[in-house]
Amino acid sequence: MMPLVLTITAVVLSLAAGGAIIRIARGPSLLDRVLASDVLLAILGAALCIDMAVNRHLNNLMLLVSISIIGFVGSVTVARFVADRRKQPDES
Amino acid sequence: MNPDQMSVDAVIDAVSAVFMVVGALMSLGAAIGLLRFPDLMSRMHAATKPQVLGLFLLLCAVGLQLRTWWVWPVLVVAWIFQLLTVPVSAHMVGRAGYRTKHLHPELLSADELEAVVQQAAGEHGFTDDK
Amino acid sequence: MTRQRVSLRQELPLLVWLVIVWGALWQDFSPGNLLFGALIAVVVARLLYLPPVELGGRFNVLRAIPFALGFLAKVVAASFQVLFLAVVRGPRVISAVVAVPLRSRSDLLVTATGHVISLIPGSVVVEVDRSTSTLYIHGINVRDADDADKLRKEVRETEAGLIRIMGTKAELSALNQEVGA
Repeated sequence: MMPLVLTITAVVLSLAAGGAIIRIARGPSLLDRVLASDVLLAILGAALCIDMAVNRHLNNLMLLVSISIIGFVGSVTVARFVADRRKQPDES
Repeated sequence: MNPDQMSVDAVIDAVSAVFMVVGALMSLGAAIGLLRFPDLMSRMHAATKPQVLGLFLLLCAVGLQLRTWWVWPVLVVAWIFQLLTVPVSAHMVGRAGYRTKHLHPELLSADELEAVVQQAAGEHGFTDDK
Repeated sequence: MTRQRVSLRQELPLLVWLVIVWGALWQDFSPGNLLFGALIAVVVARLLYLPPVELGGRFNVLRAIPFALGFLAKVVAASFQVLFLAVVRGPRVISAVVAVPLRSRSDLLVTATGHVISLIPGSVVVEVDRSTSTLYIHGINVRDADDADKLRKEVRETEAGLIRIMGTKAELSALNQEVGA
């Protein structure tokens, strides 16, 4: 049963990653791209989880935690930066 | 191995298989939402909510497959970290998006923040809307 | 917020949480490891001093368990709702930004409410006004004033649940009075 599950999830996650990459490429604004790359990181994390579940090990757990931290810090930083850069022309 | 044990194993395997497939589908749902929703705010919904459930289901699958009790605390901690960080980053992105006018007013049925922002911009002071 | 020292008793839940994280990260819950974790937790809390989290001083476990289960159910519902909207409505989805005044003035409760409603169906916090503790929420699929009222009610109910779990006694009695009236 596990090879079947692995195939299904691989196809589904590849489609999802493709969708996120299309949004990164097309995204009209920087924030759209940040959001989409956050989703791409989450898809990567999902792939790591499935690898751990199917092969029964925990080696990826720290990688998973650091991926979510990178996503968090990245999107917060970019959101801050965008807010700051756009505010100045408004005020002047 | 006696047959009883076998069937329990099979059930756990089946449950975790279902969890994995549904968890992967959640990622696909997030991607579909990203592609199909019209503006940044509604894409934000698509980016945050399925992620949380997807990671929950996949971590459950990992816990079920490893079949040892000591992995559950670290999985729970990983999920709680995600619960704490996802709303914060969604809020930051949403706030930046609102402030930089990434909204399509024709897609909003009401905007109760706009009046407050206008008032604050006019007065440059403390505002109390209610 | 003044930077006064908080008592050890008030800090205890946070220290216990740090020790649990430590044990979980090492995947080792032996007494020696936990003791070392507790030592590190105290040192970290003393050296890296942050503005104190003002806990309400009470925590109702009996109310917390149903709330957590309901929260889990809502997270599931939220994901499927987004999936449904993405597939069926797609580009034609209508949303709204709704102002919801909260009862509580405590930072912890406003933050917790904001976190929970960011994860339940159809709402993300866009802006917080701390002086009036008003949340501005972007609700997806809010097409008219009725839907906005429904969203507002849902947020206020979430806050009520959180007050019942960990609000201060004053907030709790105010809530009970409001429900009774």
